[in-house]
Amino acid sequence: MNTELVGIAGIYLLTLVLALPLGSYLANVFRGDKNLLDFLAPVERGIFRLAGIDERREMSWQQHMVALLTINGVWFLLAILILCTQGSLPFNPDGNSSMSPDLAFNTAISFLVNCNLQHYSGESGLSYFSQLAVITFLQFVSAATGIAAAVIVFNALQTRTTEKLGNFYNYFVKSLTRLLLPGSIVVALILAFNGAPMTMQGKQALVTLQGDSVQVSRGPVAAMVAIKELGTNGGGFFGTNSAHPLENPNYLTNATENIALTIIPIAMIFALGFYLKRKRLSYMIFGVMTVGFLALLAPAVYYEMHGNPAISQLGVNQSLGAMEGKEVRFGAAASAYWSITNTIISCGSVNSMHDSFMPLSGLTQMLGMMTNAFYGGCGVGLLNFFAYLIIAVFIAGLMVGRTPEFLGKKIEAREMKIAILVTLLHPLLILAGTALAAHTYTGNPAEYAGWLANPGFHGLSEMLYEFTSSAANNGSGFEGLGDNTPFWNIGTGIVLLLARFLPIIGPVAIAGLLARKKYIPEGAGTLHADTATFGVMVLAVIFIIAALAFFPALALGPIAEHFSLY
Amino acid sequence: MKNNLLPAFRLTLVLLVLCAVVYPALIWAGAQLAPNQGQGVTVSQNGRVVGYANEGQKFDRPEYFNGRPSAVDYNAAGSAGSNKGPTNPEYLALVQQRLDTLLLQNPGVTKSQVPAELITASGSGLDPHLSPQAATIQVDRIAKARNLDAATVQGLVAQYTENGLLGPDRVNVLRLNLALDALAPAGR
Repeated sequence: MNTELVGIAGIYLLTLVLALPLGSYLANVFRGDKNLLDFLAPVERGIFRLAGIDERREMSWQQHMVALLTINGVWFLLAILILCTQGSLPFNPDGNSSMSPDLAFNTAISFLVNCNLQHYSGESGLSYFSQLAVITFLQFVSAATGIAAAVIVFNALQTRTTEKLGNFYNYFVKSLTRLLLPGSIVVALILAFNGAPMTMQGKQALVTLQGDSVQVSRGPVAAMVAIKELGTNGGGFFGTNSAHPLENPNYLTNATENIALTIIPIAMIFALGFYLKRKRLSYMIFGVMTVGFLALLAPAVYYEMHGNPAISQLGVNQSLGAMEGKEVRFGAAASAYWSITNTIISCGSVNSMHDSFMPLSGLTQMLGMMTNAFYGGCGVGLLNFFAYLIIAVFIAGLMVGRTPEFLGKKIEAREMKIAILVTLLHPLLILAGTALAAHTYTGNPAEYAGWLANPGFHGLSEMLYEFTSSAANNGSGFEGLGDNTPFWNIGTGIVLLLARFLPIIGPVAIAGLLARKKYIPEGAGTLHADTATFGVMVLAVIFIIAALAFFPALALGPIAEHFSLY
Repeated sequence: MKNNLLPAFRLTLVLLVLCAVVYPALIWAGAQLAPNQGQGVTVSQNGRVVGYANEGQKFDRPEYFNGRPSAVDYNAAGSAGSNKGPTNPEYLALVQQRLDTLLLQNPGVTKSQVPAELITASGSGLDPHLSPQAATIQVDRIAKARNLDAATVQGLVAQYTENGLLGPDRVNVLRLNLALDALAPAGR
């Protein structure tokens, strides 16, 4: 049991050790300073020339957003076109059929917005062509979109007054060539050498040792899984994601994948400090996020390692913990650690089934997505945190009776309105969506009997989890939910779109507005944003806005279930 | 918008080639040096491929070590967990039923010796492993079915136990059963 705890501590520490130098490297890449992969510059120039882009043209924040939204629109149309016709396209050795329009709509949006909610199973729902040209492709570009958006904010927070915030395509392409592609190559090769398949051949038919005939699904798994984790996407090649033994064959691959999905969000925090030459600001942000992370991690690990009391009552030995929905090669601790890192970070891949976790572990998973700012997804985690930060600066400013300032720029009504709208949008989408689903279900339980796999409190948790996961662009699920229906495909599809682009546009707009303002040098009355005191303030804001808004819904779901069990 | 549309199309095409063709091809080429050329590690008996080393398969005969319950009955063309919540009464009744069956099939084993993972379904439905304890309680049944000494079978379990340096200790069920067949062919 103790070696399991040592295992997760080791995974976390190794992540930090790797993230710090990566942060410094990323700051160099995005400042345009000398760095390790400068030999790729001719490749990048080639890409820009082929695309007809002048990567040195500086853009205002609005121009950035138009460029970002336009190219995202192109990807959406491309994805939906391929998914609806994949049955007649090449590289489909298993003969899987084309998607229905509502499922294709949901899937295209879901991968476009880096969420990767999956209302299909990879083995039967996608051709290899779709796995590469839609899924793998979108996993690369959606992660790069998030990182590029964060870099716009980095640029805007410098101590100067300007409209010009660099070039979107430059940030976006460099996120791919300098970070996501090289990183994925390393991760994919580790996976391939540990037994994850990388083949274009279809299912293999074989007769098992005791004489059963089976078909074994495989495919270009290693390449796809690498970017799935590194880009905090989370959508699995197979139906059961990283619980599947070909997608995550052993403890080493589990650690590799878990580090891959955590490293960029943490490195981006340090990159901010290196970029702005304000390392203490990075430490404050990292500290707040880590406190939040550990507070959610501890209960999940505790409850999973102690097992299900209802199973203990049967009189059996539960020394490995709650093993329903978990794999023996990972064990309870590494499964709980994985589930929390994947929910605070909007990755949403799973190596165990969240639906079968103990109620309070499920609650901490949901809280991770409800706050959505502890490390967070590639780039967008920092953007969410930035909105909380602005609110905290404003409230702190009011408390001490000074004009709220952040990094030498005044925070005024317009910025505050945007920050508040962005942070309140999240609970609105989740709670309104869940209320609508619960209302629809209770109106006609017989017709919607296929929705819920579990009765009672847990059934409500399944619906709450699905909308939380959509609004957080997370993509994991309480997979008992029968979600491939028009209600869920279209409902969550709309939530996904709103919850992706408004929280990108909002923080970038705030940063763009701040960049235009006059820089006020620090004085005796300046509120310092890089202190522990201010860190506590931000944590309180996150707790009040994110956690308390959801408390009533959580009380009806996981909390009620907890007290019926313990 | 118009100024961005054409570059967006062209950049998308370039990146499609880079991310969905060049990158997978690179990994594919690298995987040619990996075990079994990146097609997944297979296991053979007498020259016939009987399964994937990492992927669990169905064993429900008494003369084999039986794996964990599977929500998809070890159908490797799909994968799924049960997704049953911890308080679901139907689910708890099913676990109780699995326990009763297990005790019936393995006389002499007491409830408190049964590890919970042997009566709960895995996440993938294809879990290739058992804990050593879950294998040990099946030793007497297998020894009897194959006319072997219980100590010999227990020796195999010990031999095939992989010490999880960081994760839990585990036994690969397919490899263990292959060793069992090598020792005393199953009568079929």
